Amino acid sequence: MASRGEVWFDDAAGPLVRPYALTRGRTQDDRYGLDLVTLVVSVQPAVHERIVEPEYADVLWVCEHPLSVAEVAAKIDLPLCVVKVMLADLIERNYVIYRTGWQPVRNTPDMDTMQKVLDGIRKL
Amino acid sequence: MVSASSNPSSPVAGPAIDAIAVKVLISGGFGVGKTTLVSAVSEIVPLRTEELITELSNGVDDVSGIEDKSTTTVAMDFGRITINPELVLYLFGTPGQDRFWFMWDELARGALGAIVLVDTRRLDACFAAIDYFEQRQLPFVVGVNCFDGDQLYDVDEIRAALDIDSFVPVILCDARERDSTKELLVKLMEHVMATSRLADSVPAQQARSSAAT
Repeated sequence: MASRGEVWFDDAAGPLVRPYALTRGRTQDDRYGLDLVTLVVSVQPAVHERIVEPEYADVLWVCEHPLSVAEVAAKIDLPLCVVKVMLADLIERNYVIYRTGWQPVRNTPDMDTMQKVLDGIRKL
Repeated sequence: MVSASSNPSSPVAGPAIDAIAVKVLISGGFGVGKTTLVSAVSEIVPLRTEELITELSNGVDDVSGIEDKSTTTVAMDFGRITINPELVLYLFGTPGQDRFWFMWDELARGALGAIVLVDTRRLDACFAAIDYFEQRQLPFVVGVNCFDGDQLYDVDEIRAALDIDSFVPVILCDARERDSTKELLVKLMEHVMATSRLADSVPAQQARSSAAT
C-alpha cells in the first residue's frame, strides 16, 4: 500500500504500465477544457481511493490540496495528456473538482487582476 | 533564498480551489538560465512536467499492424508564487527546442505575458521566441542575462540587434538573483498593463481591425 501522495514504483524500474494503458488509449480529453493552470482538488480521497485503480488513487492524494494540472502531472511523473484524461475521469465521477485558469476576455483587459499580480510581485 | 521549509510534510500553503491562476512564460534559448530564473523566485522547487509527442508518419508510411509510432518527450520546468490564497502565479519555462510549437500554443493560451531571456553570446537563440510572441501579440520584455557581470553591449545595441519595437523593455539582469528576477517580473507586469491600456484606448481601431479579419 503506497502512503499518501507517493508513487508506488521508482524511476529505476521504469513505468510498470505504458502510460496510455492507464487511460485505455485515450490521449485527448476536451470534456472540461483542462489546461496547465486549471486548479484541481480531490474530494474525500480516503473514501474514493478504495474504488478507483491505484494510479487514479495516486492522483487523488496528490491533489488532496488544490494544485494546478501541471503540478499534478509533475508530482506523479506521468505525461500531461495522460494526467488530463485521468483527471477528467475523476471529475466526471465527482471525485475531483476543478477551477479553470484565468482567461483574457477580448477587449476587456482585467486590470484589477493584473494590478494584484504586480502588487504581489513587488511585495515578494 | 526561499524561506519556506523543504520538508514535504509541511508544504507551502498553496492556493485555494477558487483561486485565480495566472501564468507568465519564461522563454529563451537552451541553457540561457530559464530554470535558474524560475528557481530564483518560485516558492516551490521548480517542477518538471513532460508531454509525449507522437510523431505521425504523415500518411506516407503504412503503419497498419505496426502502430509503434516514435514518441518524443518535451519537458517544461515551472514554478509557483502564491500571491495570496485567491491569486496564484505560475512561471513556465518554454521548451528549449523551437520545433515543439504546439506545446508553445498550450503554454501561451491565457498567459499574461512573457520574459525572453537572452545571452548576448548566443543572441540568435532567442529569435524564434521573439517572433512567436510578436505574432501572437503576447506582451514580452527582454531580460539580458549578465552571467558574470561582463556585459559587452549596452541596452540600445542589444535592442538594435534584436530588431524589436522601441516600447518593448530591455533589461539587464542576473537570473540567479531573486531581486533581479523580481524586477524583471515587475517590469513585465507594468508592460502588460501598459499594453492593455493602449489596446483599451483605441477601441475604434480594434473594431476596424477585427472587422477586417
